[in-house]
Amino acid sequence: MHVFLIRRLLAAVPVIVVVAVFVFALLHLAPGDPAAIIAGDLATAEDVDKIRTKLGLDRPLPVQFFTWVGQLAHGDLGNSIFSAHPVSELIAQRLEPTLTLTVMTLFISVLLAVPLGVIAAWRVGSWVDRCVMGFAVFGFSVPGFVIGYVLIWIFSIELGWLPVQGYTPLAKGVWPWLSNIILPSVTLALAYMALIARITRASMLETLNQDYIRTAHAKGLATRDVLMGHALRNAAVPIVTVIGIGVALLIGGVVVTESVFAIPGLGRLTVDAILRRDYPVIQGIILVFSGAYVVVNLVVDLLYTVLDPRIRY
Amino acid sequence: MTAAATTLPAADASPSRARFVAFVRRHPTVAAGTVLLLLIVIASIAAPWLGTVDPISINPSHRLRDPSAEHWFGTDRFGRDLYSRVMYGGRVSLLVGLSVAALATLIGLAIGLVSGYLRAVDAVVMRVMDGMMAIPAIMLAIALIALSKASIAIVIVAVALPEVPRVVRLVRSIVLTLREQPYIEAATAIGTSVPRILLRHLLPNALPPLVVQATYICASAVLIEAALSFLGAGTPPEIPSWGNIMAEARAYFQLKPWMVLIPGVFLAVTVLSINLVGDGLRDMLDPRLARRM
Repeated sequence: MHVFLIRRLLAAVPVIVVVAVFVFALLHLAPGDPAAIIAGDLATAEDVDKIRTKLGLDRPLPVQFFTWVGQLAHGDLGNSIFSAHPVSELIAQRLEPTLTLTVMTLFISVLLAVPLGVIAAWRVGSWVDRCVMGFAVFGFSVPGFVIGYVLIWIFSIELGWLPVQGYTPLAKGVWPWLSNIILPSVTLALAYMALIARITRASMLETLNQDYIRTAHAKGLATRDVLMGHALRNAAVPIVTVIGIGVALLIGGVVVTESVFAIPGLGRLTVDAILRRDYPVIQGIILVFSGAYVVVNLVVDLLYTVLDPRIRY
Repeated sequence: MTAAATTLPAADASPSRARFVAFVRRHPTVAAGTVLLLLIVIASIAAPWLGTVDPISINPSHRLRDPSAEHWFGTDRFGRDLYSRVMYGGRVSLLVGLSVAALATLIGLAIGLVSGYLRAVDAVVMRVMDGMMAIPAIMLAIALIALSKASIAIVIVAVALPEVPRVVRLVRSIVLTLREQPYIEAATAIGTSVPRILLRHLLPNALPPLVVQATYICASAVLIEAALSFLGAGTPPEIPSWGNIMAEARAYFQLKPWMVLIPGVFLAVTVLSINLVGDGLRDMLDPRLARRM
């Protein structure tokens, strides 16, 4: 187990290195002079020079790269061009809303989509199955921001049940917090649920054909126990894998959803950074998001051994 | 639907017609998706002849009109006709969707074939692909676009790049299983060159799943382009696209929700129909794939 843990951690290193090189290269391989683009159309040559010096773009490439990596190793993501605040500080300030949104989305998605997939596989070909599969195609096709606006229209404008937009920290009470986060979480959850329900159904269909499932039924076990205890247990590995891979989808969705619901999280920080062409901030957020993705998938890999003891590394 | 069947030559009209009807019966959703997609494609191409006016002509005296006989979907804050903008907006979505699917598939195919066949290249290429896959697609696209002057070409490249690793993985996995087949061994034994093995023997087998993958990439590219334009990091504002029509309309959402919802519905229906066509292709080209996905 320890050997596996170390090997798996080492395997994540090249991924992180590639991400870092990529994020660095983006700034330098982009067509045109990055300093001029960041400065905008109205900038003078002096402004452009200032930005160039600030970003260290006037130094040789290898020097720039290793300085940047050195700073990263100390947790220093550089400073925002726009506000001069450290990027790590800006990210830390915006973390709570984004974490709330993603955790809530994960919670809703797994809680609803796994049972949906299980039922669809159990009653394969029935109207329940058709509905779940229809929902899966639908959830994958309707963009998050369209769903978000439809939900706001129904629940906030027409019915007036929930606030239209915004975010209230948990510290200010559970209901204000929950009422603000519920629509964005449902919005974000739909695509994710579609993905999880689809893979749960597919994986369950394969295990339900196995002999031990027939045996379990034959020895008189309740259907629920067969489905949840025997079949789902054995179908779990692909489901957990997709939940891990789907985190990338979730992160992309966060940016859009936060924008629709005016939630002051990392997604909004990203959008603001794009509009201001605040490149150090964009770089920092990409690194944080990619790091989160790598960590989640590391955890998923470790979960394999728990879920399926046959898997040994 | 019947129009397509009746245009066939009279001699074999009845068997094709029977096959056509059987297909529609067996895959009603796929047939519906195909028809919808065709309608959208035709409407976008024929936009100038569908009662539209110039989608970028500003008319300050007609600002923010409600839908009426004159302006079917109303007008925006510059008095531009929303019906015309939505019709022309489809062009951007379809152009981006098709170009991204073609670009990502071609690049991914080339890298995947070489990487799957030549072990020396494989290890390095796959680590790079793993790294690229760790960067969320929208973030990668945003970073690329933030550093370039806004244009549709940049959007196409920026949306295609994050899709490449997925194609590479698919092609590579196919090549890896095929590489050990006796017919490849035989080809190598009679001295067939590597490029010839890749193009003549491996490529045809990789095509069916690749076509299916390309349709899914097309659907996701349409979504990502709209999301990017909606965030203000996509198609330049002077070209109408569903994403930036929605972005401009969002300020008026509480008063005039249709301004956001109409382009949203067009977008959703387009992506839905592309996905349905993809599902249909998947079932037709490779029944084994149907279970895997």
